Amino acid sequence: MSAYYLQQLLNGLMLGSLYALIAIGFSMIYGIVRLINFAHGDLLMVGAFTTLGLASTGLLPWWAIALLVLVTGALSGITIERVAIRPMRGAPQVTGFIATLAVSVVIENGGLILLSGQPRTFLFPEIMRSRVTIGPASVAAVDLVIIGSTLLLCVLLLLFVRGTRMGRAMRALADNLLAARLMGIDVDRTIMAAFAIGSAFAAFAGLLWGGRFGQIDPLIGFAPGLKAFVACVIGGVGSIGGAVLGGYLLGLAEVMFVGMLPPIYSGYRDAFVFATLILVLLLMPNGLLGRPEEDRA
Amino acid sequence: MLTLAELVVERGATRVLHGIDLEVRSGEIVALIGANGAGKTTTLHAISALLPVRGGRITLDLGEGTAKRLDRMSPAEVVACGVVQCPEGRQLFASLTVLENLLLGAYRRDDREAVKRDLARMSELFPVLGERRNQSAGSLSGGEQMMLAIARALMARPRLLLLDEPSLGLAPQMVDRIFETILALNREGVTMLLVEQNALAALEIADRAYVLETGRIVQSGTGAALLDDPAVRAAYLGLGA
Repeated sequence: MSAYYLQQLLNGLMLGSLYALIAIGFSMIYGIVRLINFAHGDLLMVGAFTTLGLASTGLLPWWAIALLVLVTGALSGITIERVAIRPMRGAPQVTGFIATLAVSVVIENGGLILLSGQPRTFLFPEIMRSRVTIGPASVAAVDLVIIGSTLLLCVLLLLFVRGTRMGRAMRALADNLLAARLMGIDVDRTIMAAFAIGSAFAAFAGLLWGGRFGQIDPLIGFAPGLKAFVACVIGGVGSIGGAVLGGYLLGLAEVMFVGMLPPIYSGYRDAFVFATLILVLLLMPNGLLGRPEEDRA
Repeated sequence: MLTLAELVVERGATRVLHGIDLEVRSGEIVALIGANGAGKTTTLHAISALLPVRGGRITLDLGEGTAKRLDRMSPAEVVACGVVQCPEGRQLFASLTVLENLLLGAYRRDDREAVKRDLARMSELFPVLGERRNQSAGSLSGGEQMMLAIARALMARPRLLLLDEPSLGLAPQMVDRIFETILALNREGVTMLLVEQNALAALEIADRAYVLETGRIVQSGTGAALLDDPAVRAAYLGLGA
């Protein structure tokens, strides 16, 4: 493989990892409450600014910052669920969509007021910015950290949903709500856990995003959130594996469009991304790994 | 063991049960029969706390003079009291494996060793479930799915098992097997409230039965007595007087 393609592949995997981390939360939450959480992307912003705040104190090691970002994301997700989504349960689906849209607007504008729209510089430690040579290609260490930590989180999530009681309850609830209630599964607690995990992942993606691209602002979550939603739809909404697959496919496709098309088209990368979405949905309406499902208010 | 007293239940704005009285005693199979829309499933849903109770009481007698009101509990609390439902249409977790379905039946239990023993017992009772433990529940045949639904409910160690239409959609041969299983489980001491449209099969194995008609109990008695009752024979068994 030539250096150029290996380079593009690594770029695609890096971007795909970030999309996958966000898409997982979309899918977990949709799988259980049948609701697209439009505020989900904004948790990336919450994670990025939490990182910036903690890192600028200079008191904490990076592993502790990462842990605190995960916790902050989880608590934000739980709060969103309690304040905006639980009260809407049983209402028509569109009410929930609008509620999450409102939460998104509140978070973004709250961010603009409190943090100002001025972009902030965001720096990972020196070692993360050093370059690592892999065969003929060379990548920033941070890219490998992004890919590696995403894979690690995916493995941990897999072990959780397959091997623990709460994980099993989550899958049961996504599969059949009535049966889950009849087995005595605590629905509220399980929904809360799904929001906590999904949101923690999105906030962690914010940490990585800031570290990779070096600048953050309060609206930074919007575009990645939208792309992750696309990833999630391509993979099949509700399927965690589908979200990961969709994330990587989208990341690779996006890098490929930019890398292989004549430069005058590269500005249209997002148009190509959404065209891919339409194409996938025309051929496979439930996404790559999705299944047709029961209706649920 | 279970007493429904003047139970009133509504679905949305429609009153479905107009004050029904029903009793299940320890060790019995009690059948609740009636036409489509009479309120049979609604009765079971009310007991499992899936629907709010608008009037009357649901009381579970735990023996030794203690009783609990089920009508003020959450579905999870009802299960914790040992009242477990095997719902209409089976409602398995189709994308999960047979083993996972069984483990979810034992969701409220903390006695891991006993759960393991019960898993082994389910494979004895229903050998096919043991053979297919790692297959997804949705890939089983209709009859196998029904067995899994019953086994999943048994994994909760029910004091009282609520069975909703276990014969629905099954081949006649399979219906016989399911009813044999129900009877065998009852002999082992599982108390049951059985809702059925297949009134003949239900009355044959029931100790006592109630006939529900548009939300009211219109008749009750032993299974044998109702089998001989001319009105019941004409309306529900399709037999002459």
